[in-house]
Amino acid sequence: MSKLGLIIRREYFAKVRNKSFVIMTFLSPILMVGMVVLIAFLTKVNDSEKRVIGVLNESDYLQNDFLSTEKTSFVNFKGIDLETAKDSTLKMGFYGLVYIPDETDLELVANRSFFYTKEAPSTSILDKLESIFQTRLRQKRLQDLGVSTEDFATVDGNYEMNTATFSGQQNIKGINEIKAFIGGGFGYLIMMFIIIYGGFVMRSVIEEKTSRIIEVIISSVKPFQLMLGKIIGTSLAGVTQFAIWIVSASLLLLVVTFIFDIDPSGLTSNPALPGGGMANMAQLPSGNETMQIYAQELFKIPWGMLICFFVIYFILGYLIYSSIYAAIGAAVDNETDTQQFIFPIILPLMLAIYVGFFSVFGNPHGSIAVAFSLFPLTSPIVMLMRLPGGIGEGGVPVWQLITSIALLIITFIGIVWLAAKIYRVGILMYGKKPSYKELFKWLKY
Amino acid sequence: MNNILVADAVTKQYGDHVALHKVSLEIPKNSIYGLLGPNGAGKTTLIRIINQITYPDQGRIFFDGQPLLPHHISLIGYLPEERGLYKSMKVGEQVLYLAQLKGLSKSEAKERLNFWFDRFEIGDWWNKKIQELSKGMAQKIQFIVTVLHKPKLLIFDEPFSGFDPINASIIKDEILKLKEDGTSIIFSTHRMESVEELCEYIALIHKSEKILDGKLSDIKKAYKNNSFEVGLELANGAFPLNDLKSKFTLTKINHSPLENQLDFTVKLPTNDTGSFLGYLATLGNINHFKENIPTANEIFIYNVQSSDNE
Repeated sequence: MSKLGLIIRREYFAKVRNKSFVIMTFLSPILMVGMVVLIAFLTKVNDSEKRVIGVLNESDYLQNDFLSTEKTSFVNFKGIDLETAKDSTLKMGFYGLVYIPDETDLELVANRSFFYTKEAPSTSILDKLESIFQTRLRQKRLQDLGVSTEDFATVDGNYEMNTATFSGQQNIKGINEIKAFIGGGFGYLIMMFIIIYGGFVMRSVIEEKTSRIIEVIISSVKPFQLMLGKIIGTSLAGVTQFAIWIVSASLLLLVVTFIFDIDPSGLTSNPALPGGGMANMAQLPSGNETMQIYAQELFKIPWGMLICFFVIYFILGYLIYSSIYAAIGAAVDNETDTQQFIFPIILPLMLAIYVGFFSVFGNPHGSIAVAFSLFPLTSPIVMLMRLPGGIGEGGVPVWQLITSIALLIITFIGIVWLAAKIYRVGILMYGKKPSYKELFKWLKY
Repeated sequence: MNNILVADAVTKQYGDHVALHKVSLEIPKNSIYGLLGPNGAGKTTLIRIINQITYPDQGRIFFDGQPLLPHHISLIGYLPEERGLYKSMKVGEQVLYLAQLKGLSKSEAKERLNFWFDRFEIGDWWNKKIQELSKGMAQKIQFIVTVLHKPKLLIFDEPFSGFDPINASIIKDEILKLKEDGTSIIFSTHRMESVEELCEYIALIHKSEKILDGKLSDIKKAYKNNSFEVGLELANGAFPLNDLKSKFTLTKINHSPLENQLDFTVKLPTNDTGSFLGYLATLGNINHFKENIPTANEIFIYNVQSSDNE
């Protein structure tokens, strides 16, 4: 076996056999599924809480407007005065009391109506009540202007803008968000992977320094071989862990869903999941038809291309960042000294994620999105958020993709070269925490 | 070629700091070569260059007559001063890993490892983790790691640190045995008594430069300064001290009149001991006469200090 192969093997098994790694690998899916179940359960409990509101309507208006729904029900009081109604509302533990006085005019009625509650009322309830009044008021005002009730119904109809690309392809609203969510998922995966396993690489380098084995090994292999072997071995361990997580989490989720009889669509309506957008869309009036179009759109996303580019950006991005982590590990003597160096490398990652979520989602091909998908330290994340929209017309222009990957490769070579230099010098330096100035000096050794 | 390693005007600079300045060495085959020098003199840099951990800015290194190349790594065994092992890795696994990195096959490494484990009677350590071993035990494993691939050239940097006296002497015997088997050994240390015991050749490096090298016995001869320890049982009533003092340089004078015994150290102008002994014989019975041969320690301190004074 080649020396690099030996190193990769050792790093892999050292990581995989590590007790805390094993525990994390098997505990995390349980925690994750447990969390999802807990959230689903709490949401259910929250939803099942029903609010009862008393209505004392002394006027002739708004007689049939307070319709009970799943979460709110209205109870009409009749033939009692306000004080008695208040008392009974309290006594019966109702959420509140709507009081509508007897006036000659709807405007006056609306102005003098009150909503009594024990505490400040929740905004959702208030919105609901206000909209009841508002609908009637608008109807009445329009009637005053000479619009009939029937006409009002037609006027009140919804409108949605139709959208299409220049080539005539029909666009569906929200599909951009869905696509960005899918890309965002990939980008997020890359970031998590870099932060978790880059940290592992760093700690592994520090361990070799503090255990003083480094010089023994360096007399047998090149520092660069050791660094590369360490990065590859650790990331293979990471891929193993991720694979175990995904498989066991989905199995567990399946089992838990089965046992607790939780509606899985309820879980996916969590907007952080790519499927979330779809569930929301399904609630549009023409449910089934739209669903189909969305499904078609999702099938149209070039998954093969996407996964291919995911692998490219993942490998390059991960190698860039983990070699920086390795260099940091080599430069310091213990983990507490790493903070000042880690912050600057977490920064572009965070920036990429935030820019991605706030800018790329809204406008995947805007100038900010383009800039960040070209800049090599953020491109692995931001470009992946843009890519589900396709390549070429209506998607990412080919030149941008090529430039982005070319810049990434150049940066990759440059950073790995620099990191290897710092690594080579740093692993043999003991005792003091270097400043940036010293790191710069090491490059010239 | 009779030299296992030749350094030819090796210079190495770190930024503004010159770590080695035109250091040339010839390390004969099948010998123990002491590489001496104060802390920070440049010994470790030289050793790292030999191990190809760093590379010289100028100058060349020859290994067994050939320019030093990466494949020579498997012919060199290095025990660094800053040494250690993976703490959470098992002993057997770890030694096999490091031996394979030196180019041994797994089966060969296993075989040799069994031999060494029997020799040190530590067969039951195979499945222990390094962190379960004491420091001395770990050092033994480290020694095995260094010699397992049967290198032609062994480099020991402070090999005895971390050993108790019993284990230190076991390791010393092993080093001598390795030398008998034909291995050449570079031995870097501050402990002069082990230099006296082990080294045939030495080089002294101070402030990045080599200030002395050669065969230890030759160097000692060269540093003899005709100084002798004398013990004299004086004839009754004789009191030659003033006379002696006027003729020679005396130090460490110890006169006990009751026993008529006079001890002193004398520095003679030449190495002509015959006439001096003749003169002494007239004063009484010579019961002790010994030439003062400088120790490696004295030579070391003398050279370092005199080069500091330059």
